[in-house]
Parts: sequence; structure tokens; C-alpha cells
Amino acid sequence: MGMTIAEKIIARAAGLPEVHANDIHTVELDFLMSNDGTTHLTIDMYNALKHPRIADVRKLVWIVDHNVPCDSPKTAASQKKMRDFAKENGITFYEGAGVCHQIMIENHVVPGQLIFGADSHTCAYGALGAFGTGVGCTDYLYGMVTGKSWVLVPETLRFNLTGALSNGATARDLILTIIGQIGANGANYHAMEFAGPGMASLTMSDRIAICNLCVEAGAKTALMEVDDITMNYLAAHGGRRPEACFASDPDAKFEKVYDINLSTIVPVVAKPHFVDNIAPVSECTGVRINEAFLGSCNNGRLEDLRLGTSIIKGKKVAPTVRFLVVPASREVYLEAMKEGILDTFMEAGAIVMNPNCSVCWGSCQGVIGKGETLISTGTRNFKGRAGHRDSFVYLGSAATVTASAIKGEISAAFT
Amino acid sequence: MGKVFRFDNDVDTDQIIASQYLLFPSVEEMAPHTFESLDADFAKNVRPGDFVVAAENFGCGSSREQAPSVLKALGVKAVLAKSFARIFYRNCINIGLPAIVCKDLYEHVHTGDDIELSMIEGTVTAGGQTFACTKLPAHLQGILDQGGLIASLDV
Repeated sequence: MGMTIAEKIIARAAGLPEVHANDIHTVELDFLMSNDGTTHLTIDMYNALKHPRIADVRKLVWIVDHNVPCDSPKTAASQKKMRDFAKENGITFYEGAGVCHQIMIENHVVPGQLIFGADSHTCAYGALGAFGTGVGCTDYLYGMVTGKSWVLVPETLRFNLTGALSNGATARDLILTIIGQIGANGANYHAMEFAGPGMASLTMSDRIAICNLCVEAGAKTALMEVDDITMNYLAAHGGRRPEACFASDPDAKFEKVYDINLSTIVPVVAKPHFVDNIAPVSECTGVRINEAFLGSCNNGRLEDLRLGTSIIKGKKVAPTVRFLVVPASREVYLEAMKEGILDTFMEAGAIVMNPNCSVCWGSCQGVIGKGETLISTGTRNFKGRAGHRDSFVYLGSAATVTASAIKGEISAAFT
Repeated sequence: MGKVFRFDNDVDTDQIIASQYLLFPSVEEMAPHTFESLDADFAKNVRPGDFVVAAENFGCGSSREQAPSVLKALGVKAVLAKSFARIFYRNCINIGLPAIVCKDLYEHVHTGDDIELSMIEGTVTAGGQTFACTKLPAHLQGILDQGGLIASLDV
């Protein structure tokens, strides 16, 4: 029987010729990424082991990205613990360089790998044809000590894409629409695989945005085939070479197949307090906002910032709105400076911040108060996610967020 | 016998423990803030041996292991839901907190009810009725039986 991309990657990691959905296998992990959201607890657990040891330090990448710069003495203590441990043990370490997934994709991930990340949006690595999945600190620690873990081979939901995005819709609108269609647990325990002729029209930035958000439908991972766009990205980012390039076999078994014509996608928002609570932007126009956020591992790349500047150039942020612009990495930030993108945002009255998770995770910077409303390119709109428990978060594309920041209310960028 | 604290569909990990507490130095310091946005008195009222009962997709969202860890720290004996988000589920088993799929319990209990869980029988008794739970795959039951995943590293 044929295999899906997910099955092929797990088979490779398990050292087996063939695996199939619902089997449990022991696998060798290629990378283990961890950030400051949980690493201090992992270190405490590591130090409590009878025989603490690291299987292969080259597999570990630690990234301080959630609270940057640090906002309290308690956080400083947790980050210091992480920083010191990384130094003592020779772990690859980043701080202030950007959001963990963006850093991993720019510098480390290659096609065919199986990667555990102590962060749910690790599924973003599927954009490069790698199996990334989010884990907690116990799973992380087990992988750190043994280099291995166990995985239940997921069934695959296949999304066949045709056509090209139009109507002012972005990849962000596409994945939000899909999540709205299948629901917040519509892909629970599953891999979401994207393929078809429509893929050729999607940039690497689009692909990352799509894969990144699949966990909001409950997916274990997201996967895409490697093509010229992938290879060009790898060549431009350190000349990295794939471990293996996989495509699903013609006779692979998919749990379900969805056919989506990209030209039918329209700009949408996810309304409070669930990512699957989707409505066309046109149904939400007029909702007053207090803050707008353009950034995150989902939509803080150069393409998103360019899209924002194309809308805001020569205009001003509404006086009632704080508009936070947060490039996803130092690489993005530097390029945005060179292109004059940051000048454009600053001239318009935006607050340009250092690369970090920012208000997307609701601690540290930009949090909103009681009764306030945020429109965001962040990953989640759960109750209280961006600050006070009685506040409201709408999710939308870089275009919708920027247009809304100018208007002071939810607004379509293109009408 | 323990009391039920009942929650609805799609309770996400931000509701279980909010972001602003995650970088506190220890789980014990985070625990008083458990379920703060949904039931501000939860941490005060819950007693060791009590149960969290929920509907579909419990624990969706972030991979933060702090979510099951604060429940365990407060003495919650098990989480019984119609379904779980996968990372939360895996984290529960890994730390030795039983996460049990029980399709019919949610409709038949309310917060404050007493229920009895039999892990061996795979059943829950509430209000004189007994409900069957879905059995864990052998691999996961093995992790739970040994007291969590880390126990296997210490042999």
C-alpha cells in the first residue's frame, strides 16, 4: 500500500521500509526546539533526573522569543536559567533574534526531517516538507535525553488546491477559511497535507502561514511537497540540502480529500473567542478596534510587511488605535529596514517593535485591557489571549489588519 | 469519590493557565491561577481527588505542559472529556495525569456532583449510573502505569 508524506517521514525516522496510520513507532528525532515559554521547567526536570544526559547536543535549538525584552524579575530568572544551561551544555541558542519558528525555518529545518518543538506551532515546518509537531516539556526532555520518542502515525487529510488567490485574499484567509470549514478539532490527531496545481502560486511565506495555523484545527502536523520554490528558499538560506523529498504515493490512503479552488477564497476574520469562528471581513466591518497587530510566526514576514506598507503608505494610523508592527525575525527586520518598510510604518504612526512573539501570546508587550478589541495577524483569539479576560481578539490577514488600523474599525483592504 | 468541576467545548490551554503565569519559576506558583478566566475560585475550591469533566476538544491550543501540570499540582485525579486536543492528551499521559475519554458522562453530571472512577474497570459512576470509558492503547497505559514518561529514564 502506498504511503502519505507523513508516513514516509516517520518510516525514515523509525528506520523502517513502511509504516501506516495508527501504528505506534519509536523514532529518531532530527531537531528538538524549545523556547522560553517552558524551558525553565524542562531544566528543573532534567536536573531532577538520576542520570541527566543529553543524547546529541547538535539536535537541540533553544530560542528566547516569548518575553523579549524580559518584563519582570520572575521572567528574568527563568530566562537566566535557560541561558546559563544552554551555555554550559553547548546548546545552539538564540535570544532577541526572532520568533522560534521563523528562526528554525530560516536556519535549520530541511525537508524530510522529523522535529519536536516545545510549541504548538511547530507544524509550520511542513512548508519545507518536514514533519514538525508540538510537544510538552516531558516529551521534550525524553527526546533530549534519548534522542528518540514515540509517535502515533497520523491519518492524513489531503487538501487539493487549484487556481490562484484573488479578490484581495491571502494565504492567511485561505487557512482561516479551511479551519472554519473543518472546525477547531476537525484535524485532531491528523496530518493536513496540501498539494495540487494551486501550490505553484503560493510563496514560501504563504506556505509557512498555512502550515503554521493547522494546529488551530487540532492537526498533529502539516505537510507540503518540496518543489522549486522550496529549493530556492533553502538555497537562499544557507544553501541547506534536503534529507529527503517526499510526496504521497498515488495509492496512499487519505482519511478525507478536500478540493479547494483558491480563486473562491475571500478575506475573512476569526471572531472572538475561537479560531474557527470565521466570517467574511465584509460582515464585520465597523467593529471598533483599540489595537492592531502585524507580526507573529504566522504573518510577520517581509511579504506581510510589504503588503501592509502597500496599504498604509501616505496614510495615518487612526488616532484611537495603537498599531504594533513586529517583524518575525532579525533577518526580516534588517531587510524591512533596507527596503524602507519600517520608515513607512513609523511615518504612518505605527509602533515598530523588536522581533518577538509580542501580543500574539498575551504577555510581555502590547497586551490589551478590559473591554478592548484587538485585530491581529497572531495565531489565536482565545478569551483573554491578548491580555484581560474580558477583551476581544479578531484574527485577519496583514491586509485586513493594516486597513483596520487606518480606519479605526474592522475594514476590508480592497473593496 | 470526588467532586466534578464541569467545563464546556473547546476549553483551550490559555483558559487552563494563562500566558502571563507561564514563566513563573514553578508549577506550584502558577497553580492558584488555574481556570482563572472561567472560574476564578477553582483553585480555592478544588480538593485532591476531584475531577475535571468536559465536552469536546478539551485542552486545545498551546503545547504548554503547565496546563495539565497545574491540574495535577492541585490534586485533580483525572480529566474526563468527550474528546481531547492531542498535545494536551499526550502531555497528561506523560506526566501521569489520567486523561480519559468518556463520551456520555458530560451530559449526566454538573459541577459539585460526586463521581467515582474505577481505572481498572474503565468506568465512572455518577448519580447511580455507570458510564463506560474508552480504554487507553496499551502503550499509553504502560506510560501511565509507570507514573509517567520520565520514570522510564530513571531506571
